[in-house]
Amino acid sequence: MKKTHIALLVCIAAVIMVLLSFMGDLSTYETLASARQKEGKTVTVIAQLDKSYEKPIEYDAAKNPNLTQFYVTDSLGNKAKVMYYFEKPMDMEKSARIVLKGKMKGDVFEITQKDGILIKCPSKYKGDPKAASNNLSQN
Amino acid sequence: MKYIGEHLLPGQFGQFFLVLSLVASLVAMIAYFKSTNSRDLATAESWKKIGRFSFGIDIFSVFAIFGIIFFIISNHYFEYYYSWNHSDKSLEPKFLLSSIWEGQEGSFLLWAFWQAVLGLILMKTAKKWEAPVMTVMSFAQVTLATMLLGLYIFDLKIGNNPFMLTRHAFQDLPVFNRADYLSLPRFQDGNGLNQLLQNYWMVIHPPILFLGFASTIVPFAYAVAGLWKKDYSSWSKDLLPWSLFSAAILGLGIMMGAKWAYESLNFGGYWAWDPVENASLVPWLLLVAGIHTNIIFNSTGHSLRATYLFYILSFLLVLYSTYLTRSGDLQETSVHAFVNEGMNWQLRAFVFVFLVPSLILFAIRFKGIPNIQKEENTWSREFWMFIGSLVLFLSSLAIIVPTSFPIFNKVFGTNLAIGAEPEFAYNRIQVFVAIIIGILTAVTQYLKYKNTGKEQVRKKLLLPTVISLAISAAISIFGGITYDKFGIGFLIAIHVAIFASVYSVVANAGYIWSGLNGKLKAAGASVGHMGFALFLIGVLISSAKKEVLSINYLNPLNFGSDAKEKGVENLTLFQGVKTDMGKYWATYVRDTSAENGKYMYFHILMERKDNKDSFVLYPDLIKNTKGQEGFSNNPDSRHYLHKDIFSYISYADKMQEGEDTAQYKSINVNAKDTLFYSAGFMILDSVGLNLSNDRAQFTRNDTAVVARLTVVPFNSKKKIVAHPYLLIKNNEIIQVPDTIISQGLAVKLNRLSDGKRFEMGVKESNRLTPFVALKVLQFPMINLVWIGTVIMIFGFVMSMFRRIKLL
Repeated sequence: MKKTHIALLVCIAAVIMVLLSFMGDLSTYETLASARQKEGKTVTVIAQLDKSYEKPIEYDAAKNPNLTQFYVTDSLGNKAKVMYYFEKPMDMEKSARIVLKGKMKGDVFEITQKDGILIKCPSKYKGDPKAASNNLSQN
Repeated sequence: MKYIGEHLLPGQFGQFFLVLSLVASLVAMIAYFKSTNSRDLATAESWKKIGRFSFGIDIFSVFAIFGIIFFIISNHYFEYYYSWNHSDKSLEPKFLLSSIWEGQEGSFLLWAFWQAVLGLILMKTAKKWEAPVMTVMSFAQVTLATMLLGLYIFDLKIGNNPFMLTRHAFQDLPVFNRADYLSLPRFQDGNGLNQLLQNYWMVIHPPILFLGFASTIVPFAYAVAGLWKKDYSSWSKDLLPWSLFSAAILGLGIMMGAKWAYESLNFGGYWAWDPVENASLVPWLLLVAGIHTNIIFNSTGHSLRATYLFYILSFLLVLYSTYLTRSGDLQETSVHAFVNEGMNWQLRAFVFVFLVPSLILFAIRFKGIPNIQKEENTWSREFWMFIGSLVLFLSSLAIIVPTSFPIFNKVFGTNLAIGAEPEFAYNRIQVFVAIIIGILTAVTQYLKYKNTGKEQVRKKLLLPTVISLAISAAISIFGGITYDKFGIGFLIAIHVAIFASVYSVVANAGYIWSGLNGKLKAAGASVGHMGFALFLIGVLISSAKKEVLSINYLNPLNFGSDAKEKGVENLTLFQGVKTDMGKYWATYVRDTSAENGKYMYFHILMERKDNKDSFVLYPDLIKNTKGQEGFSNNPDSRHYLHKDIFSYISYADKMQEGEDTAQYKSINVNAKDTLFYSAGFMILDSVGLNLSNDRAQFTRNDTAVVARLTVVPFNSKKKIVAHPYLLIKNNEIIQVPDTIISQGLAVKLNRLSDGKRFEMGVKESNRLTPFVALKVLQFPMINLVWIGTVIMIFGFVMSMFRRIKLL
């Protein structure tokens, strides 16, 4: 057998290993309801703030700067409370959607990674046409 | 209707040049195509002349478009949507440039601009390759020109026109029924530039990055030209300086983006494996792989097929990354990705019009590409260089596949996502890449092409090996790298990777001395490898030893088995209160604002407890632009040679809008009475005349009624004493309250209500004293990341000049 063939075989083996390792801890997109059924497993959920609460986000930095609690609802109307053990992301109130990566623990969705939360603002980096239009309709 | 005050002329010129650039590049493409395919020399020459002329017109048009946009933005013509939407009058001149590349249109224009410049150079230097290479370049100019067209064909939108008028962008707004709409206050200023892009790195990072992106087309164009003309290899020496240039610039652009992220974003680092970052890294890895196989081919005749593949893929992945970042398909995984602007079909087409023909051509011609049957010797340089290129290729696969999950999900209806530790998912693979690349770059240069005397190699490698073993052992033993979050295996891999990188630095330095006898002219490769290895050391140490300094020891959540991961990274600092922060005392001294409150700087005094050092950090908050409420945080770092102390404001009470609405509640109390508040209770110990205390000293001339209160918080054993008082001066009674900051509590003595009873005022509010929630991180050896990058780029440039000389 040629050395290049051996090298290629090693590479293929490496690729398979890499793929397997990725498959090993892949997470999946879930709804809040299906996340509840997979309690303790890391899942990704796309949700939005539950505006039925008067204050959907609770964060009091004076008392505890490392806990943001908020309420979300997903596209199917499932609701959950989320505990995020970091500072409140800056634009959270304005978010259109929030991508959460964490685990369901009882009734609470827990996020223990700082990057376990991704805020999607209509305005991030790029002007939101609607906001822009609102801007032009005022005053 | 005739509108008043609009400047329509620049837009009309702009429109004209947009169309002209499209037509000119189309003509150039056809002419160069004809020239390439014609057998007759005279015909080929005359077609070539037409091609040159048309491409020249294209270059002129693109420059003109660029100039006109800048003119419109810098003159604040807000009747143009691009100017209104991306700039305002308060911007410094340098940021007016950033306004151009904030939008998709501007960044495509930047790309077309660089491609035009590269085309100009190619026309002068490519000689016999000019016609086919310029065909590809002109075709690329055509595709970019369509991105700026802004035409509708039936319902299909082609491109976004940067010269669109604001009143066309929002046709339905009633305001545009007024002829004098421009005189309204809301048109006196633009929407502004995103506050995060108002950073000097954002002035230079996009042009460099886009020059890098644009330049990857040159290797692609040569590869396509070689396949097309069946002249498979005579370009390989001509191209090498171009590839080296491209790798240098693209690498520089990527790392400038990393520097920007480090300085102005708050994820706490320079790299987060964000899809947008990955998408630009992968083409670079492939390009570097291509450069190595190209060099192998130039010296030995091996690896030509791989060279073709790598160069073609590198450019295709640039296109793919354009699609990924701009289509909006990455919304769920990327912080940076653009939102969908209804151009998805065009972005996909942009990839496919290059992908399909080039890969088909490659497949058809594959058999024809010269290939040496005899295989490389194990003791040859080319064998191990090839292995290295292959590892880079695999590394790029391991990055692009998970990055593309959202695309797979879209195409195949799956719902895959990267697991709980997105960064570790990449790191655990790339750390092995670092090990292999480190060792290969250390050893391979000592091997000669074809075959090498084993004894000789062993002898020359002995010293560097021993030295680097010693250095890396010292780092491992005394460096305190104990990053065990992901287990012992990963920690060992980090240590091995540090050895491999140190080995590469030492061996390459040694090679310049022993292999090249100090001839620096030929040392580009060694310098580049050394820079890359230094960069790796920086990456490994700054990540593995990254440390949160602002650990919150007071945090009530910080208990239990998973305490490590729960809520400890921010520390609350009340203004003027010296607070314990591990090795430091931290004090929020004051804050200042600049430019009409656009920036709020917080002065955080950091004093080492051992008195060895003290300094002030100035993290700031920037007011959001584009009519958005709220703020963005902007980190500040204290730089040392061997580390950075990096900080940002997670929260500040100054971010709350409006006045503090909490009111004093009045209560009548006797001495020794107990009063409850939400987090504890307090006892009125006594009230007396002129009771001096640590807050106020009274003299005989004063008349002050002083109350002494003991405050007992529920969650602390420490009692706090407060002394509110009434001061009687010139027949006036002045109430002097006392605040207990840590309890968010203010107490005052209102009056003596009757005989023995006193009326007290109690207020609870979290805004009694300004405070910030601060995060402070320490990145050891992060300077190696930047220094390593600079040295690596320098190495690429050295090699480029050498290869130009050798032509």
